Amino acid sequence: MPSQPLLDVRSLVEPDRVHRRAYSDPEIFDLEIKHIFEKTWIYAGHETQVPNPGDYWQFQIGRQPMVMVRGNGDAVHVLYNRCPHRGVQVCGSRHGSGGDALTCPYHAWRFHYDGSLESVPLEKGYRETRFDRANPDFHMKRAARVQRYRGFVFASLDPKGPDLVEWLGDARMAFDDICDRSPVGRVEVVPNCFRVVQRSNWKFFMENQLDAVHPSVTHMSTGYAAADVERKLKRETGSQPLHYHYLSAFATSFDQWDQLETAGYPYGHTLLGGYMGLRPTDADTLEHERVLAAAYGEAKKDEILGRNIHHVLIYPSISVQSPLQQLRAIRPISHDRTMSEIWHFRLVGAPEAIYRRSLWYYNLVNSPSTMINADDLENWQRGQFGLNSDGGDWVSFHRDYGRDRDANGELHSTNGCSELPMRAQFRAWLKYLTETE
Amino acid sequence: MAEPTSVAAATALQTHHEVSQFLFQQSNLLDGKQWQAWIDLFADDGLYWMPPGPEYTTWDGVPSIFIEDRDLMSVRMKRVTHPNAWSQQAEWGTSHVVSNVIVEGTDPASGDLLVRSRFHLLEVRRDDVRHFAGTYQHRLRRVDGALKIVLQRVDMVNGQAAFEYVLQIWV
Repeated sequence: MPSQPLLDVRSLVEPDRVHRRAYSDPEIFDLEIKHIFEKTWIYAGHETQVPNPGDYWQFQIGRQPMVMVRGNGDAVHVLYNRCPHRGVQVCGSRHGSGGDALTCPYHAWRFHYDGSLESVPLEKGYRETRFDRANPDFHMKRAARVQRYRGFVFASLDPKGPDLVEWLGDARMAFDDICDRSPVGRVEVVPNCFRVVQRSNWKFFMENQLDAVHPSVTHMSTGYAAADVERKLKRETGSQPLHYHYLSAFATSFDQWDQLETAGYPYGHTLLGGYMGLRPTDADTLEHERVLAAAYGEAKKDEILGRNIHHVLIYPSISVQSPLQQLRAIRPISHDRTMSEIWHFRLVGAPEAIYRRSLWYYNLVNSPSTMINADDLENWQRGQFGLNSDGGDWVSFHRDYGRDRDANGELHSTNGCSELPMRAQFRAWLKYLTETE
Repeated sequence: MAEPTSVAAATALQTHHEVSQFLFQQSNLLDGKQWQAWIDLFADDGLYWMPPGPEYTTWDGVPSIFIEDRDLMSVRMKRVTHPNAWSQQAEWGTSHVVSNVIVEGTDPASGDLLVRSRFHLLEVRRDDVRHFAGTYQHRLRRVDGALKIVLQRVDMVNGQAAFEYVLQIWV
């Protein structure tokens, strides 16, 4: 085979800027799939998506079609959705139940929920052949590793590498924060997944989530429109529903956003701290506080509700907005197309009114009729448009560069508007692409 | 041509005509981007609802693609008409065709008319064409002589496929 000229990815990333090819070059995208997505921990889904044995939900890891399957009891398996006989996709719906065994629709090879072979028709025909039901070559292949943290299931296609908890590091606070808000420490998925395709590189999504300068620019129109109607309601009824605030808050000034904090953890996970004004003193919140205090005691309740989280990104596949129980997973399709899968959760045992808040956020901000992401997707598409061009080579991540505080490999900034998250993500990106065994 | 043979049949024909004209006018207002006039077709307590799938029977406490009262419709209108609604800088337009209008009956409790129809929507945005199709279910109330929408349920057959981009305006 002719050897490919080695692409030097090191030349694409500088501490304060990144070459446009990181977004526009299909060859770089191939490297990302191989060395990031098909190697590290990727979000499979939440265990409550598959409550009963045989339940499955399809998803992608890089370019691999995977299926998450509930086994017997507590087990959750992640398999390549492919029959070892002739390669046919076994689970055909986005989600469903496999019944007694996962069954290939072509020749009825049947598999246990862990992928091992249950039966093949006419097994006598395999006598004295190399077919061997104990050989994994005749099983649905399993992801190399599957681990869970507080109900959130991750899979890795690489048998080596750090454990999930070590890899998550301090960023696991995203899951602690979302679960601890339940008096029994658990969330349940609301089994609806909205899917939206962006015409831009996956990294636009990851960077945007923690970009505190963009909201008041990108979402100005919605921020003002919602504030306008919010004022009208206040005038007419004396109160304003909290969900209008979810939209009007996007018009918050730069100065206020800059008072938040950002952090970058090893492996590219990043945090935007900030509370979004979500601890008001209305009756619903006070009831939630009472329920949490009864479950955990006052001190722990204050610690839980005092956490300062706006978004946590678990690089490279999910964005978690724990105070509102929202989660978005991204599945890259090509260098300029990305699918996002959008979920929200119910806090088990918490008052219904608290769930209603998550639901409003899900419907208004994260549904396909979003008045927020409409302008994000537009701007990212325009970003891809520009980065595909020869009009300039570099993407600037200079804001507050040189003022990041590095503590044992964690980067911290007291400027919410710092471009620290982007710098931290590219630090990890380069590491993934250069430490390729 | 056969003449209506009874008062009831004549009334039914007239109602069907009036309802059809109402639905055609609604789609004209959308295609003409006459947002306030479109919102004014809704009763004061009217709702526009697009569930995530056909199995949904309520919006209450479950996800929706759209669930908007007149106040939220007003937010959407003010957004798209704001000069800095960036996604509105792209040229776009729609064409709705509404057909298969069936007046299914009258709700005995409220007197509301229950109407089912089919729509096909073509949208152009920049150089891209998208199609959306499905069923409208309207609950219509007569207010001061005019029909008003109490509930418009929109079941889009492609609502469960992944969305290429999003829906900025009502379908």
